[in-house]
Amino acid sequence: MASDAGVAAPTGVAAPEAPSRPAIQIVPVKGLPIVAVIVVLLVLSIAENWGWALAFFHVAGGGLWTGIDLFVGLVVGPILGRLSIPARAEFSARFMPKMVLIMPTVVLMTLAAGFQLAVNLGNLEPSNPNHNWLVVSFVVVGVMAVIALGLLEPANIAVLFEMRKPVPDGEVIAKLMQRFVYSAGILGLMQVATLIIMTRVATQ
Amino acid sequence: MTAHVETPPTGALARRFPPVAQLVMASLALAIIGAIYMASKFPRRPPLALPTTLVVASALVALVAFVLMARVRDFAWPRFRLVFGWALLAYAVQAGMIEYALVKNDARGAPLAVFTLMLVMFALDVPFLIAFTSARYATPPTPAGA
Repeated sequence: MASDAGVAAPTGVAAPEAPSRPAIQIVPVKGLPIVAVIVVLLVLSIAENWGWALAFFHVAGGGLWTGIDLFVGLVVGPILGRLSIPARAEFSARFMPKMVLIMPTVVLMTLAAGFQLAVNLGNLEPSNPNHNWLVVSFVVVGVMAVIALGLLEPANIAVLFEMRKPVPDGEVIAKLMQRFVYSAGILGLMQVATLIIMTRVATQ
Repeated sequence: MTAHVETPPTGALARRFPPVAQLVMASLALAIIGAIYMASKFPRRPPLALPTTLVVASALVALVAFVLMARVRDFAWPRFRLVFGWALLAYAVQAGMIEYALVKNDARGAPLAVFTLMLVMFALDVPFLIAFTSARYATPPTPAGA
């Protein structure tokens, strides 16, 4: 992440003569090679049908995805909602660029490896007892995708752009953060459904 | 006792926009519903009437959203283009991975074509949403000579 120095407080809080600060990076460039390595390994795992690697990507990615959503939605989100706007801005400037890289990567790991595993194990066949559970999980993931991609991620990135302005607008940051907190809470609750479905599928 | 007075939004929040984000979310939802329907039938060949209708509807809704956005005066187009371009790159990789997983598992012909169109809508809608949300709060460029 680019900014480990100060983050300018939003309108009404920052003094106009506040010292200059390094620009906030929207995407942490240092993390991109790690993402690239993960994507290459994922493609190889699917191409070569490496069972262990597919299971690893699905379980590790799914565990991280579920854990992060639960923790952010039900623990970090409510705390964030009670912080002052400058404190939220300070936290978000350090937290959100990491989420921009982490979440799409773990989601991609989970879904791509999971689909391949389901095909290999025959779980997608209509006669398979897991078929209906998987379709329900598709629906849950679909709803989560619309919320995460339609509300949460745009708010996340828009907050970062707002904080890059010389004088960020506190009202805009508060509104976008509120959207982030509510979306994260809903996603956290929906991940409980994912846990129920996936533990059922694994034991059936 | 102090009275709490609701103050109207000011600055960037005071600007009114057409329901672009809502429409693009609807477009995304239609594409995802179609994809879920097709994935639930995989590896069998699914009936294509419903998914085709959904993907066409998704494209039309996204087109309406784009037209509405294009008519907004003083819109921060440079910000929109910057964010859309980079987000498109990221989501094209994601959509490409999903496409690859399907092709690897012998999806072929018309079902693959319909699913590909859904992935195209996915790869366009998400950057559209991110870019619009970023641009609507950005300061529009000052017209030359203003």
